[in-house]
Amino acid sequence: MAVPEIAESFTSSVNRVTIGATKDSGGTRTSTVTVGGARNVVYGGSIEETSGKPVIAMDVLDSRPKDWPDALAEAYKDVFDSPGDWAKKCVEEFGAELICLKFEGIHPDKKDLDASHAVKVTEEVLKAVGVPLVLWGCGNDEKDNQVMPKVSEAAKGENCLIGTVTEDNYKSLTAIALADGHNLITEAPLDINIAKQVNILASDMGFSLERIVTFQATGALGYGIEYAYSIQERQRLAALGGDKMMAMPAICDVGYESWRAKEAKLVDAPGWGTAGDRGPMWETTTAICLLQAGVDIIRMRHPRAAATVKNFINQLWQ
Amino acid sequence: MILIGERINGMFTDVKKAIAEKDKQVVGELAKKQTEAGATYLDVNVGTAAADQEGTMQWLVETIQETCTTPLCLDSQKPGVIAAGLKVINAKGGVILNSTPLNKKTDEEIMDKYIEMAEQAGPKASIIALTMDKNGVPQDIDTRVAIAAEIVQKAMEKGFGTQRLFIDTIVLPVKVPNAQVQPGNSLAAMDQIIYLADPAPHMTIGLSNLSQGAMERSLINRIFLAMAASHGLDSAIVDVLDEKLMNVVATAEMLMNKQIYSDSFLKVYTTVNKP
Repeated sequence: MAVPEIAESFTSSVNRVTIGATKDSGGTRTSTVTVGGARNVVYGGSIEETSGKPVIAMDVLDSRPKDWPDALAEAYKDVFDSPGDWAKKCVEEFGAELICLKFEGIHPDKKDLDASHAVKVTEEVLKAVGVPLVLWGCGNDEKDNQVMPKVSEAAKGENCLIGTVTEDNYKSLTAIALADGHNLITEAPLDINIAKQVNILASDMGFSLERIVTFQATGALGYGIEYAYSIQERQRLAALGGDKMMAMPAICDVGYESWRAKEAKLVDAPGWGTAGDRGPMWETTTAICLLQAGVDIIRMRHPRAAATVKNFINQLWQ
Repeated sequence: MILIGERINGMFTDVKKAIAEKDKQVVGELAKKQTEAGATYLDVNVGTAAADQEGTMQWLVETIQETCTTPLCLDSQKPGVIAAGLKVINAKGGVILNSTPLNKKTDEEIMDKYIEMAEQAGPKASIIALTMDKNGVPQDIDTRVAIAAEIVQKAMEKGFGTQRLFIDTIVLPVKVPNAQVQPGNSLAAMDQIIYLADPAPHMTIGLSNLSQGAMERSLINRIFLAMAASHGLDSAIVDVLDEKLMNVVATAEMLMNKQIYSDSFLKVYTTVNKP
């Protein structure tokens, strides 16, 4: 009996979003990154229906992290105090095509650094590397509303991807991203209904749906990967089925989430293998799992994990 | 849900007058308003008043396509009138040929003609086939299903994909004596028709016919639409300008998990429902 043709076809596609602006487009980037465009699920349909290559955004923090396990910190300990050098290392040594500058140090519970610090770091990183940037706030609404508009302004014209905006806090950053010509990240707490709503709210403010990337935050919820996978998958099926409010490419924060897990960071764990291998493997597996759900941009930390995932992407997305 | 806007029909007095006076503005305005209200297709029916039905169909198609690119649903029981419309249409975004019975006493091959015309109109052209045959509209459930099965079989034999086939189980005015059992029969037939093929054919109805001559027309229409949606109806010829009806469609689709819930689900339905 012949194997039946079960390839499903869909009516719509995921939006394409370009991050970064070169000199011709009014920026100073030497390269740009375009993600999205899938017309079918990963591995589904024909080659023409696959998305553009997913991209890894390597994390650079605005200030020295305090809580990174040794297995992770090892690769960056010489550049921890200089975000510019850190970014440069990611690009030149580890081949990063996109840098995610995370302003963790501005959080009131961490270093409570101010906007002038954040602006300085932004300028430093923009100068140090030519790849496009993702600019990511600290997650404290009040502080992000103070600092991120200044960061946005400092990167005006660079067509960055800036975020995140949530259902309860979207107005300031959406307005400033619109004014400064950036793409926007809309965040939901692993909740598909809220994800859709935030997109609607941003769109109501006149922000183009074609310039939004969605983010499902898993932080502090304690859900497992299967839940994150299901949400990403459902979001993607809605996009392919024609839901314009869900048709955005997706970004995931794999680096941070993976290295919070005890399986990745615990050193004294006989029978679990060495911590130096286990952490990168945990991060790699998480990233590959989410790639299969259709995620377009993956934030990563460990250089070995990033290299393995990049290799995986290059083999599967020709 | 695939919503076919019903308003450009010569049975309505404003359209009838516009056809008689060749008033493009009235027709263009209706096309635009229905598109904005969320119509996936616009039904085009010349009505009975025009002497030259084929010419009128062409005039309507051309007039509408000067205003918008919304796909059209050419509505006539006469293959010649549909063919006339197809001559001047831009069917790139799709077209529905509405409608044919399985067969007729005067024309055993009528469904074949509609399929052939659809094939010629392009890969996105569909047909609506009514669950009726040369004996007329069936009064019971089983005959409806049997005719639907023959329709599906005929389409398959012709290599016409079931995704391009809309089956209309026919709703009769509920006010007609002894017809009150019919809406229920239509629903029961839908329950079986959905299993006739995989992928299932689309199912559609001319909703407004149900409340013809009755009181509380909008209420009757929208309640039945919600009921039918839960029996597999995925398309309907409706008054898309009836906002309450559109809210029912949005809510039914959300409750059936066909649209993802968001707090603004009513407001964005017409945007998210567009393929």
